Amino acid sequence: MSTAEEVAESLRHVDIPFNRFGVDPFGISRRHLRFAFSFLGFFYRHYFRVRLHDLDNIPKRGRAMLVGNHSGGVALDAAMVMCSLLLDMQPPRLAHSMVEKFLNTVPLLSQWTNRCGQFTGLPEHAVKLLEDERLLLVFPEGARGTAKLYRERHSLVDFGSGFMRLALQTHAPIVPFAFLGGGEAIPTVYNAYALGRAFGAPYVPVTPYLFALPLPVRLDIVYGEPMHFDGDGGEDDEVIFERVNQVKDAIAGLIERGRQIRRGKNDHQVLTP
Amino acid sequence: MRILIPGIAGTMGQLVAKDLADKGHEVSGIDRRRWADAPSNIEVHNVDIRKRAAEETFRKVKPEVVIHMATVSHFAAQGEERYRINLGGTRAVFDHCVRYGAAHCIFIGRHTYYGAAADSPLYHSEDEPPMGLESFPELADLVSADLYAGSALWRFPALTTTVMRMCYTLGPTGHGTLATFLRGHSVPTILGFDPLFQFMHERDVVKSIALAVEKKPRGVFNVSGPQPVPLSVLARETGRRQIPLPEFVFVRSLGRFGLPKIPRGALNHIKYSIVMDSNAFRQATGFSHEVDEVQAMHEYKAAFPSVREAG
Repeated sequence: MSTAEEVAESLRHVDIPFNRFGVDPFGISRRHLRFAFSFLGFFYRHYFRVRLHDLDNIPKRGRAMLVGNHSGGVALDAAMVMCSLLLDMQPPRLAHSMVEKFLNTVPLLSQWTNRCGQFTGLPEHAVKLLEDERLLLVFPEGARGTAKLYRERHSLVDFGSGFMRLALQTHAPIVPFAFLGGGEAIPTVYNAYALGRAFGAPYVPVTPYLFALPLPVRLDIVYGEPMHFDGDGGEDDEVIFERVNQVKDAIAGLIERGRQIRRGKNDHQVLTP
Repeated sequence: MRILIPGIAGTMGQLVAKDLADKGHEVSGIDRRRWADAPSNIEVHNVDIRKRAAEETFRKVKPEVVIHMATVSHFAAQGEERYRINLGGTRAVFDHCVRYGAAHCIFIGRHTYYGAAADSPLYHSEDEPPMGLESFPELADLVSADLYAGSALWRFPALTTTVMRMCYTLGPTGHGTLATFLRGHSVPTILGFDPLFQFMHERDVVKSIALAVEKKPRGVFNVSGPQPVPLSVLARETGRRQIPLPEFVFVRSLGRFGLPKIPRGALNHIKYSIVMDSNAFRQATGFSHEVDEVQAMHEYKAAFPSVREAG
């Protein structure tokens, strides 16, 4: 089966209530998803040959928040996580990531991100999607996370705390994950912040070969067990940060496990496409 | 019930009046415009809502329910006149309601209250502030009228106030901003943007207002019907040809080549979505739409075929 056929088959079973025009109440379009994931799916299957570990940890239905580390100077990590859920989960699921506001002001990017269910990062969007029993993809490191340089690729920068309040408010389980290899695929050596500002972006990553074109490096995604927290999101900062740190520690542990797998040790439960 | 409708001679005012009269209510209205073929059981007073004669109508009719539909958009009136109609008129309606003992006042507002912007969320809830005024100051009078109407909730606790923020209307009457935007055989859009449009059929608009009269929900409510659709689908399903223009070309073409002359701020409304969450209204009144998005678009298309199809 070609990637395009595989994507078409997944979209027949994905948990999205498309109307007769193939559009759901959030404006997500089956036609746009098919096109986008056929393109991304090629990279997922054949270029990066992404390996998944413990994909079963993701709930098959209902709300959940996937929380992971940024890896790679552009949104490669989000795209590959989304491919893994749509192409390798049974039943397939669509993850919604929260994108930078500036993307919605750029012609075509605005149209494509919205039609593919990737909305501006607003708490209102996160709550609505979770209350609609969807999967939310969150990178609490934010733009500082994608700005990690090659030598910092296995580190975690400070986490924001908004995701934890949202998870508590919506009673959504958190599935931690580690993404490995993005730093090698796009080995950022410098971030051009002034150039980025000129385009309305936070920065432009620069690699030894100048552009942030990804190299064909194998990528690994390690999914951890769902974490459940009690509360309503109105807790004191200390309580929230203590829980944020629990999630951060879980992700750091998964990164370490992923590194061992990539070094050839502890190669357990690997699903290789 | 005795119901008075300021703005009765407009397309939606007439439909609402006929529906309520058919349901057995005693309906009368106020409008500067004439309603030539008004049914005999509907009394129309040709007076200006801001003038003394309108107060006299309130005094004589002593309405139990007032449905305030006498607001205009920037397309219908310009500048200062629009402010006087929308703000002066709304103030007069609430003052007269209180003075002449109305029990319930319904203000018909618009979803444009929320504004369209790159960082505005899908599915607005009623507690959100108006965020679009910076880019589209022409909306200030309507937003102010909406907020002023909402202030009646605490200023006049004995008066039940319902503020209804309605989404676009689309159906065979061709009434409303969206229907007007789609009237030509080509629909200009901005290249690379395809916002969601939320609209409801006239029949559902009438149904929602009649339910508000019956159930008397107190508060501010978003009112919408079926799920929104992208502008590209809207153009296609109403038989129009979509012409995506780069924004700089679009801006320079406004008012020329058959394109409407719209304020720059209105551009955001064809770049970004305004979609509301209307669950609170549905729960308060039991409202559900009867006409889905497909039927609404197809009924509009049948009533207003594109020039090519009509030819």
